[in-house]
Amino acid sequence: MTTASQIVLLLVVLTDFAVLGTTRMRTCIRAVAVQGFLLGTLPVLLASQLSVHAVGLAVGTVAVKAVALPWFLAWAIREASVRREVEPLVGYIASLLLGAAALALSFAIAAHLPLPALKEPLIVPVSLATLIIGLLVLVTRRKAITQVLGYLMLENGIYLFGLTQTERVPFLLEIGVLLDVFVAVFIMGIVVFHINREFDSLDSARLAELKD
Amino acid sequence: MRLLAIILLPVLAAAMELAIPSRRITPWRVGLLVGTAGAHAALVATLWLAPSEPALGGWLGADALGLVVLSLTTVLFLATALYAVGSLRRESPRGGRRFVGCLLAFLAATSLVALSQHLAMLWVGMETTTLAIAPLIFHRHDRRSLEAVWKYLLVSSVGIALALLGTFFLASAQLDAPGRPLILGDLVAHAHALHPAWLRAAFLFLLVGFGTKMGLAPMHTWKPDTYGEAPSLVSGLMAGALTSCAFLGVARVTEVAMAAGLGPFVQPVLLAFGLLSLAVAAMFVLGQSDVKRLLAYSSVEHMGLLVLGLGLGGVGAYGTVLHLINNGFSKGWLFLVAGNVVLATGSSAAAANRGLIRTLPASGLLLVLGLFAVTGSPPFGLFLSELTIVRAAIGGGHPWVAGAMLLLLAVIFIGMAVLVLEMALGEAPAGAERVRESRWLLVGPTVLAALVLMLGVYIPGPLQNALARAAVALGGGAP
Repeated sequence: MTTASQIVLLLVVLTDFAVLGTTRMRTCIRAVAVQGFLLGTLPVLLASQLSVHAVGLAVGTVAVKAVALPWFLAWAIREASVRREVEPLVGYIASLLLGAAALALSFAIAAHLPLPALKEPLIVPVSLATLIIGLLVLVTRRKAITQVLGYLMLENGIYLFGLTQTERVPFLLEIGVLLDVFVAVFIMGIVVFHINREFDSLDSARLAELKD
Repeated sequence: MRLLAIILLPVLAAAMELAIPSRRITPWRVGLLVGTAGAHAALVATLWLAPSEPALGGWLGADALGLVVLSLTTVLFLATALYAVGSLRRESPRGGRRFVGCLLAFLAATSLVALSQHLAMLWVGMETTTLAIAPLIFHRHDRRSLEAVWKYLLVSSVGIALALLGTFFLASAQLDAPGRPLILGDLVAHAHALHPAWLRAAFLFLLVGFGTKMGLAPMHTWKPDTYGEAPSLVSGLMAGALTSCAFLGVARVTEVAMAAGLGPFVQPVLLAFGLLSLAVAAMFVLGQSDVKRLLAYSSVEHMGLLVLGLGLGGVGAYGTVLHLINNGFSKGWLFLVAGNVVLATGSSAAAANRGLIRTLPASGLLLVLGLFAVTGSPPFGLFLSELTIVRAAIGGGHPWVAGAMLLLLAVIFIGMAVLVLEMALGEAPAGAERVRESRWLLVGPTVLAALVLMLGVYIPGPLQNALARAAVALGGGAP
């Protein structure tokens, strides 16, 4: 039987691949925004009963991950007048294949990890897949903004895993986590802005003066 | 109450710094920094005299190990604040408001880490330290510091993210166990009811995650660039206090794993990371030409020694906790002295700084003494703690670990001595004159040097007691 939360998790996987396969930066940011929105619906869909906690978490997640961060990143690329290419070090087809391998690996690992009384067994493999694909984007893209996007996906994967603990780990901490992500990306965004001004480019490969 | 005050006092002071209208460095601003550092140190000192009850429903507490980390942080911060009186005036930085505000926020975040008994809160504290320190690294606003801060943010953010995942794994391990979620005391008390597969995964992720913040090899890549480019007093705080807090994160999960009887799994992993860090440090110390980068690799070495002692267990755990204090003070000492050198000549490259003993006699002397202290020569404290770790290796049936450790320490000594002695005793460039050294710039490193020397000859009773309790909690014992 397919439940709403399963569909949402499958859509999350699709957004992972959308980021891997697109050439345009703006589309990548949109895909991550959609992923943030999907993540925001999950606390409500997974809650055994509708609580203030679940709704608050959902609203907070959507506000930060689907609205504020993508808006901020879109602002950053507009300010820095970056056009389209994400400039991968690994080609798009190869990225997609690596993503597929990551997905298969995640299902294999999840099968070996015992999680008793889990409402949604798909959540662990999808969380691991999003995490690995985020890491992949982080290391295979050259533009600083795409690296930030990869980092966001990595955080999204961890957030998904955190959902398995949502009824036990208190509310306060989850907000703390969201806030931390927000501020981290905010600071990263400012740094991105400075990189652009100093080097007339968002290519982090230019940052190679310091070495032994 | 006191525990909360220790965390909130610097937050309040940071807010007051923001309220001071001028953006520049003023006597008020610096006075508030030093005053807060002093008050913070006094509050922490009261914890040694009269232990405090846990606060916030057991989320905050001062156990032996946490108190050691908190105390070394506050002493180091006070020494750094006194140094800042001299250095901020000389460097007259733009944005002094942000600089001092971030320093105070950093103190609050490290205090939160040291006092956290809830492992998710510890994580929030660690993340906050990253955010507080990043603007400080970027203080000079030039290309090189931009590159350093970008590397630091990217690498340590991935590290901290993996640590968060490890924290969630730990919560998963606890699903069938009694006790409050992620509270250290409850995790240790019911360690045998934890799910071993999840606990192992949690240990690995927390070790790699917080190990990245510590700068263990092979996750140390940000370290030389960051310490090399950050203002020296910031490098000193990072190498002394921030790494100690990150080590505390590793130590917490080790406590839980040891209590759960996972020693045979945990210890070889720690030994491997420790030896690799020593080897990487030995490789890069040789042929270094910049004193701040040299100290960064020395920091990699000492992080390696910390996890090595933890992995050896027994008296090694005691040696590790003692080494934590020694490393914190000696790194603060050396980076502040390196800061004096940079203030005088504008460069931390050895080639630009020959003959320091004539041009900057006091700093030159402190630099040479620091070389001997940081490489573990008697009578300094690091000799004692490194000896304890070697003894643990021999006594615990790991003679090859002891052999490898001594060999690598010898190589590191040679590499560091070549550079530091060249700087101190080499031929001063023509026309170099003796520079007048400000007292404010010398008091911090001198006090830290005196403390490292004291720890080599005499360890006060209450400290001895706390070290022993911390060692027992880490699955070891006192010698």
